[in-house]
Amino acid sequence: MQLESMYQEIILDHYRNPHHKGLRDQYQAEVHHVNPTCGDEVTLRVRLSDVALGENAVIEDVSYASQGCSISQASASVLSDLVIGKEVGEALAVHEAFLELMQSRGESAGDEEVLEDAVAFAGVSKFPARVKCALLSWMALKDATAQALSTGGDEKHG
Amino acid sequence: MNTDRRQAGRAAFDSELVRKDFPILERRVQDDKALVYLDSAASSQKPRQVIDAMTEYYERHHSNVHRGVHTLAEEATALYEGARDKVARFINADPREVIFTKNSSEALNLVANVLGWAGESNGIGRGDRVVTTQMEHHSNLVPWQLTAARTGAELAWLGLTDGGRLDLSNLDEVVDERTRVVAVVHVSNILGTLNPIDAIVRRAHEVGALVVVDASQSVPHMPMDVRELGADFVAFTGHKMLGPTGIGVLWGRAELLEELPPFLGGGEMVQTVSMEATTYAPIPHKYEAGTPPIAEAVGLGAAVDYLTALGMDNVAAYEHELVEYAIDRLKQVEGLTIIGPDTAEDRGAAISFVLESPALGAIHPHDVGQVLDEQGIAVRVGQHCARPVCLRYGVPATTRASFSVYTTKGDVDALVEGLEHVKRFFGA
Repeated sequence: MQLESMYQEIILDHYRNPHHKGLRDQYQAEVHHVNPTCGDEVTLRVRLSDVALGENAVIEDVSYASQGCSISQASASVLSDLVIGKEVGEALAVHEAFLELMQSRGESAGDEEVLEDAVAFAGVSKFPARVKCALLSWMALKDATAQALSTGGDEKHG
Repeated sequence: MNTDRRQAGRAAFDSELVRKDFPILERRVQDDKALVYLDSAASSQKPRQVIDAMTEYYERHHSNVHRGVHTLAEEATALYEGARDKVARFINADPREVIFTKNSSEALNLVANVLGWAGESNGIGRGDRVVTTQMEHHSNLVPWQLTAARTGAELAWLGLTDGGRLDLSNLDEVVDERTRVVAVVHVSNILGTLNPIDAIVRRAHEVGALVVVDASQSVPHMPMDVRELGADFVAFTGHKMLGPTGIGVLWGRAELLEELPPFLGGGEMVQTVSMEATTYAPIPHKYEAGTPPIAEAVGLGAAVDYLTALGMDNVAAYEHELVEYAIDRLKQVEGLTIIGPDTAEDRGAAISFVLESPALGAIHPHDVGQVLDEQGIAVRVGQHCARPVCLRYGVPATTRASFSVYTTKGDVDALVEGLEHVKRFFGA
């Protein structure tokens, strides 16, 4: 059944028990992204080790507050698992791989080496209306890391 | 609606016969499941009669309208203007007052723009007030925000009660002496609420304000008499009333349409043109620049014929009974909360709700809609182009089931069963 290919058990698990959820106080950039057609929203903060390192800076923390469907919620949870501890450049490479998977219209299974749990979203790519849900927090991450690097990394306290 | 009328309606209306006229209802979806179409408020399906009228137009009569003396040009013109006559009769209007537009949004933008340009007599200017409501579809809110911003007018709005109705307790304060326009929806596309236009018209006219009614969700479902309604402008769209996409209607009082400036300029809307100056065609053509949607008008005319043959009193009675049944059944679904009036009184044919599962809490409407779709059930999920309503009731989005003449109690039963499946799916 096609539906189960989208709602993988891994996705439902992340949805019911999201990882790293909640906004934490130390961060360099905060962004708010919305999906206007369905009302999904995410506020996402990143904390980098040393912004002077540019794309070699390590993502020390990703924290987020979000509301939305199971796909968007699970995607934020998987994202935080994947990118915390990675260098910005590495995280952006994962983002690229995930974007490619989402645009594959069900033709790709995804590279598990790079995407780990995120390969579970392969089935979502068969549902064009839901691709945006899966990408919401990833777009927010890309935006937040770019802002953190461009503003020179003044630490904020929420 | 009194009981006698309702019973007469039941006798006169056979939804199973009606369904046979709609070819798309035979579609099988999702591994050969019967289609349960509960998204008519977004767009209704089309009966064979509408599809045939448009095909015949293109196969036998097509040409441009209002120009040329050849046979086809005359036939096309007669069909196009004949459609206008049908629409006019359908809403008890003078055909000169019926302007064909692209859809309701364009009709409402037309009014909002020309009132912004009109200057002193009827126009909106700095310091004036434009009143709308928190219940509007974005198409009857954003055009007024734009006009208010361009003219320096102030935008004010009527709020909502917890029960999903317009809060008219401060009507006299909100619609004050400075008010030039009150723009209000007749039936809410998200809440289903039928609004008391008479009370709003009374107050608006008391202060000399014009009333613009978005009737997109009422004209397909209940008798419309624009004279009785009392408003100054009424907008609705073809594709929600069994007609094609690409055509809408703006009705306006003749004396206003004659006085107000044109909207779009071009061919068709002019009388004489020189390099220095132009005079405009009489209404309604003054507001119809360029080649109009001719086949779409013909299709809308056929839709109006179809609805007229069913009888709009019968349609209203049938759908009222259906809404009553649906509300009753939905209320019995554990974890379901209706967003909007929770009785069938003064209500249209759309019902929004949110759903919770015991294990998970709120199930997002996107997930509800996806699992329903897998069972062949089509509903609309999201904010329904009415985000202020979602904010007012503190929900990120809703699931909406909406009905038309071909909807049956069996469809409602399928929805209720489907929702139980949704809860099981996300409940583990």
